[in-house]
Amino acid sequence: MAVIEVTKDTFEQEVLNSDKPVLVDYNADWCGPCRMMRPVLDELAAERDDIKVVSINIDDEDELAEDNDISSIPCLVVYKNGKEAARNVGLVPKDVVIDLIGG
Amino acid sequence: MYDIIIIGAGPAGMTAAIYARRASKSVLLLEAKSYGGQIINTPDIENYPVEAHISGFDFAQKLYEQTKALGAEFKFEKAVEIKDEGDTKTVVTVKDSYTAKAVIIATGSENRKLGVEGEDKLVGRGISYCATCDGAFYRNKVVAVVGGGNTALEDALYLADLAQTVYLIHRRDEFRGEEANAQRLRERENVKLVLNSTVTKLNAEKRLKSIEVTNKNGEVTELEVNGLFVAVGRVPENQNFASVAELDQAGYVAASENCRTKTPGIFAAGDNRVKEVRQLVTAASDGAVAATEAVKYIASLK
Ligand SMILES: Cc1cc2nc3c(=O)[nH]c(=O)nc-3n(C[C@H](O)[C@H](O)[C@H](O)COP(=O)(O)OP(=O)(O)OC[C@H]3O[C@@H](n4cnc5c(N)ncnc54)[C@H](O)[C@@H]3O)c2cc1C
Repeated sequence: MAVIEVTKDTFEQEVLNSDKPVLVDYNADWCGPCRMMRPVLDELAAERDDIKVVSINIDDEDELAEDNDISSIPCLVVYKNGKEAARNVGLVPKDVVIDLIGG
Repeated sequence: MYDIIIIGAGPAGMTAAIYARRASKSVLLLEAKSYGGQIINTPDIENYPVEAHISGFDFAQKLYEQTKALGAEFKFEKAVEIKDEGDTKTVVTVKDSYTAKAVIIATGSENRKLGVEGEDKLVGRGISYCATCDGAFYRNKVVAVVGGGNTALEDALYLADLAQTVYLIHRRDEFRGEEANAQRLRERENVKLVLNSTVTKLNAEKRLKSIEVTNKNGEVTELEVNGLFVAVGRVPENQNFASVAELDQAGYVAASENCRTKTPGIFAAGDNRVKEVRQLVTAASDGAVAATEAVKYIASLK
């Protein structure tokens, strides 16, 4: 699967109500480290069918960013059963993202 | 076994890889985060020869493509130790270990932390080290900047355009940064200077709520802030390699212009080395010198 773009209208359905763990990437076009992060997310989306990978653009979705306490990007948040299970701020390599998703 | 292992795929490390590959040496680059180094944080580079304007991201991308096309191998693993075994060196990473004839340490530098309790937990929850990256989250909010150098002054100016109030906290009463920037700040109504003061406590519930600032008379003031931008400089991270490469007091590798450390076959390149000017062009220059020295060293073996 590809990375899914999520907005405030689809957040509940795609993230909170997902039956698979969801890896959410909060990002912006002007954020260099976010752009460095993106290929890793594309790879994970293609390789792992046990998870869902979504992207949220914080400029377009400032309400979602605020509601979820995002104040630094890139920020990866893992949701399991509608709840935040893990979070990482800053650029990290793929292995760290895999650990963040966990079992 | 590789000919050369390069630790750190920033501008210095990747330039070293280009030179080493063009000398037909096999090269492994070990990188803890992602290729590019610190420069990926900047939206615009205006002082690198040939390109009048280029974003840090594009700079990193182009350098990576050039390095990769020449056949350098990349592994995204943090190096934690270098073992000197004479004619071979072993680099231990968080995952594995690799051997080479020569090693180039190009680990750059990291943001210096404030060193106040709770700081690490609040990164991304109110604490930031990059105003241009995270300023957008503080539109019409109250923020503080800590530091007295140019980065701190520029960060405060940048934030003054977005935030409702910007406190600029500095431990002295004069700034190290350019006077022109300091003057521009004094003219801004929403910028409040908090001088002769340091941040001594972070108060948070889930996110940063307020900070305590202590002045040189020992008086404590609490400031309610939504965000705290730390701009107190950068520090090298070479402690793991101190047994093979001598460090100065600040932790920079004591290698001169020829990039040689005290251990034959181990070189240092870029911002992590003792030097006056820490910029892309000097990092690239070190990469070229270190790789050339490493190639010479390899030729001298056996
Ligand atoms: C916001 C900002 C703006 C800047 N703007 C400019 C500008 O306009 N012009 C200019 O010339 N310079 C600029 N600079 C400075 C420039 O970025 C640096 O001088 C340059 O990046 C130094 O290159 P380097 O390769 O030595 O180190 P770095 O860029 O720091 O790269 C070091 C790399 O090593 C990796 N690393 C560290 N430790 C390990 C380890 N143990 N194992 C594996 N990998 C490791 C790091 O993750 C990093 O990728 C700017 C810097 C910043 C922060």
